[in-house]
Amino acid sequence: MRFPVSRSRSRSRLARLAIVVGGLAIASLIVAALTAARTDALTPREQALHVLNRLSFGPRPGDVDRVVRSGVSSYIEEQLHPERIPDGRVEARLSASNYPALAMSNAQIIANFEVPLLEARRKIKAERAANAKADDGEATDAEVAKARELIPPEQRPKRILEELTAARILRASESERQLNEVMVDFWMNHFNVYANKGQDRFAIVSFERDTVRPHIWGTFEQLLQATAKSPAMLFYLDNARSVADEDHRPFQRSRAASAAGTAGAPRGLNENYARELMELHTLGVDGGYTQKDVTELARILTGWSIGLPRREGAQAAAGGYGFGRGRGAMMRPAEAPGEFVFRAAAHDAGTKTLLGVSFAPLGIAEGERAISMLAHHPATAHHIAHQLCQRLVADDPPKELVDRVARRFLANGGDLRDTVRAIVTSPEFFDPRYYRSKIKSPFEYVVSALRAVGGATDGRAIASKIADMGEPLYLCQPPTGYSDTADAWVSSGSLLARLNFALALAQGRLPGTTADPGIVKLAGASPGRGVDSAAHWLIGTDISEDTLTTITQRVADGGEGAEPSTLVAGLLLGSPEFQRQ
Amino acid sequence: MAPFDRRLFLKSSGLSIIAGGLLPNVFVRMAQASTLPGNSSKRVLVAVFQRGAVDGLNLLVPYGEKVYYDARPSIAVPRPGSGAANSALDLDGFFGLHPSLAPLIPHFRDRSAAFVHAVGSPDATRSHFDAQDFMESGTPGSKSTPDGFLARALGAPKTGSAGSPLRAVAMTPGMPRILSGSSAIAMTSLAGFGIRAGQASEPLSESFESMYEGAVAGTLQATARESFEAVHLVRSADPANIPVANGAAYPRGPLGNALRQIAQLIKSDVGLEVAFTDVGGWDTHAAEGGGNGQLANRLRDFGQAIAAFAQDLGSRMADVTLVTMSEFGRTVRENGNRGTDHGHANVMMLLGGGVAGGKVYGKWPGLDSSHLYENRDLAVTTDFRDVFAEVLAKRLRVTALDRVFPGYECAEGKRLGVIA
Repeated sequence: MRFPVSRSRSRSRLARLAIVVGGLAIASLIVAALTAARTDALTPREQALHVLNRLSFGPRPGDVDRVVRSGVSSYIEEQLHPERIPDGRVEARLSASNYPALAMSNAQIIANFEVPLLEARRKIKAERAANAKADDGEATDAEVAKARELIPPEQRPKRILEELTAARILRASESERQLNEVMVDFWMNHFNVYANKGQDRFAIVSFERDTVRPHIWGTFEQLLQATAKSPAMLFYLDNARSVADEDHRPFQRSRAASAAGTAGAPRGLNENYARELMELHTLGVDGGYTQKDVTELARILTGWSIGLPRREGAQAAAGGYGFGRGRGAMMRPAEAPGEFVFRAAAHDAGTKTLLGVSFAPLGIAEGERAISMLAHHPATAHHIAHQLCQRLVADDPPKELVDRVARRFLANGGDLRDTVRAIVTSPEFFDPRYYRSKIKSPFEYVVSALRAVGGATDGRAIASKIADMGEPLYLCQPPTGYSDTADAWVSSGSLLARLNFALALAQGRLPGTTADPGIVKLAGASPGRGVDSAAHWLIGTDISEDTLTTITQRVADGGEGAEPSTLVAGLLLGSPEFQRQ
Repeated sequence: MAPFDRRLFLKSSGLSIIAGGLLPNVFVRMAQASTLPGNSSKRVLVAVFQRGAVDGLNLLVPYGEKVYYDARPSIAVPRPGSGAANSALDLDGFFGLHPSLAPLIPHFRDRSAAFVHAVGSPDATRSHFDAQDFMESGTPGSKSTPDGFLARALGAPKTGSAGSPLRAVAMTPGMPRILSGSSAIAMTSLAGFGIRAGQASEPLSESFESMYEGAVAGTLQATARESFEAVHLVRSADPANIPVANGAAYPRGPLGNALRQIAQLIKSDVGLEVAFTDVGGWDTHAAEGGGNGQLANRLRDFGQAIAAFAQDLGSRMADVTLVTMSEFGRTVRENGNRGTDHGHANVMMLLGGGVAGGKVYGKWPGLDSSHLYENRDLAVTTDFRDVFAEVLAKRLRVTALDRVFPGYECAEGKRLGVIA
């Protein structure tokens, strides 16, 4: 195997020569010239590493050579069609016996995880009443803990999140459909849902499995319509509770009936989802909408809600959804519990105007039309193009590329496969300026390290490591999702967490996670010459002379009893070079 | 210049960048002089951001306004002395504090705590993201500002031994916008701040330090250098082992943890001047509750954490000024889900050294619909920058306020007098 000559080393050798020959002033001029941004094209090997860094969660040992052999274009086209890539091994590991919650329908999840929780709470409440304790206060920590203990471990809601997180990590590290996983990460973040908000603890499974994953290679509109009808989003951004104001109800209930209503029953508009739908999901914050548009869109989307549980246990569960209980629920036609429902009775019967377009009262069709209009809006094209380019190319992507991708998005009807293809086959994508220019997010960093050492994980223990670095999966509270730029991820605490993770991984100190000992051993094969080739083997790229010298020195000095091979691997995975992609 | 280079550039060259680009040298010298050298009085500013827009009208209740009760039939906090359980705690005959904030009442009574009502950003945005961004950059309406206003208040980073590596600390997982462009340290755990690899911790820490020293100049290298400097200081001062004092009891949870650790940094005398942390969960679009319920629970944690911080620091609190902020307020009227939507003006709290407390500051615009902003929200009568300008000038002795808040006139005449 032949590796290209290390750029940094030839650079400093030249610099030393210059000092001898021409004196300090000339030398610094030469060094300055050599350190300037490179303008030559990427070598085939660099191109291979680049696509593996951006279209996958980083190369496994041997991947760079494989892509060099098969050709970068064919790798890209293969990854753009995940449905053609066999992925039986990882799917087998994700079987229902290992990850039962992930195979359940919304109704099954409610039955398995929510009902026991509600029963436990009811017991606690009854006990409380029997003890004649304060009736208005919230449950104490001790009571919450007690309620939790009443539930068998396999039915505790936190199990759902544990399974989801483990499965995401497992797929990202072991699936052959790498670009698919990269785009799942992107779209789950674009349509962020905070999985610890109330019912979202239960709805999040279906959100990823049924809403996001099946639609990321279709059109943007399909994906957007699916998220708009997803119980997870409807609950997270409160649209499930948004109903027409009194004046705009299709059937005027008597005031007495409304007042008698029922505790917690919704009585009007909630504009939370309408705002974020335009600001974050489609047009972007500068997309040209007004407060009035927010209110009008909220009116259009009234009645888009979540099906209530059936009669038995309905009362308690309805309380949990915040819809109130009582007669309204009883009189409704049967609804599929926990699934999307359109309630005509809650829908605003008036005419609305969104972005200058009039919407006659047409029930659910109004919302579908509004979402379609937003999905194909030029501001949306630009916003989505920018977000995708920021993810795949650079923190501050070139404007010409974003504009071109936005035009392509408009022309292809928001075809997401074609849009992604336009980005990853563009000249800008392979511009050396952007080669290894992005800092990995914590999720990307952890998974890429795992892949580099040929690691295997059950995905459970390392979830907390990703959280320590600042990116707990499924748990971004604000609807913005996590940032995709370096400044968000490079902080002191986060950086130290990365370095500690690298050492723990290399030394086999992570529960449920192992590195391939052969690969780690190889990393430490022969100090000196070996570190350099270990770098290529492990992290796929040249390392700077400083990194090389430091690691060589550390191995020579010994590491207080640590295995030389784990020292090399740990230091390489923690190196500045490996933070980049 | 590549965006990555900015922080290093700031650090190594001593240049300060503000919106609009590089400054001529004369201004650079002014910026460097913006903080008096030494901060020998050990004064500390602690800023707490309530992310998600706390409902200031339920935090500090204008119970003297009938309109407040009309607009919020199911989530109003009952009037003080109304006999209702969990009614507001009277402050001055017009405003009452949310009952969950009872632990802060003694501080208001002994005049170490003050509130500013109807305060906020003049920008009209109701986007959480934009409003937080504007408040932290200190330049409402301008998105191109590269750094945060507390970063600019810290002035050009000090070189050599003059500036402590722990001069500015954010107890947050990532670097917050408000401190970006500074050499602040962002962390969530003092105890975990270092390389942990058993026997090999020390040598491996040295290896990483030297490896990153030689890394390509940019955010990564600058952050690593700052981190390892801070690691050395944390190792020698060992703030994580300083016990909580005066019987203070921090609530469990992120805010209590953050404030407890900020108190440890203050007590360990590591040179802290500016600390920041944030706390979420305020976006109460549904089932907000009044004297009880969702917001009440969040405020209980908030009040207990801040009260514990003051108790823990005891007399040392005279050096410390804590200021709270939130990106905008919430609608005066409750919405269809017994919650509130995004509004405009809000409330800030100041506690500790120098605060002329025992008073609610700011011009109250009233809640009649004719006085509302865009016919729905509490109007802003005090710009949040005036509050911070006063704190920075009088407590941290920052002189170049025009550098901290470019394009905004922080005239002394506009000051509220909330800092004695």
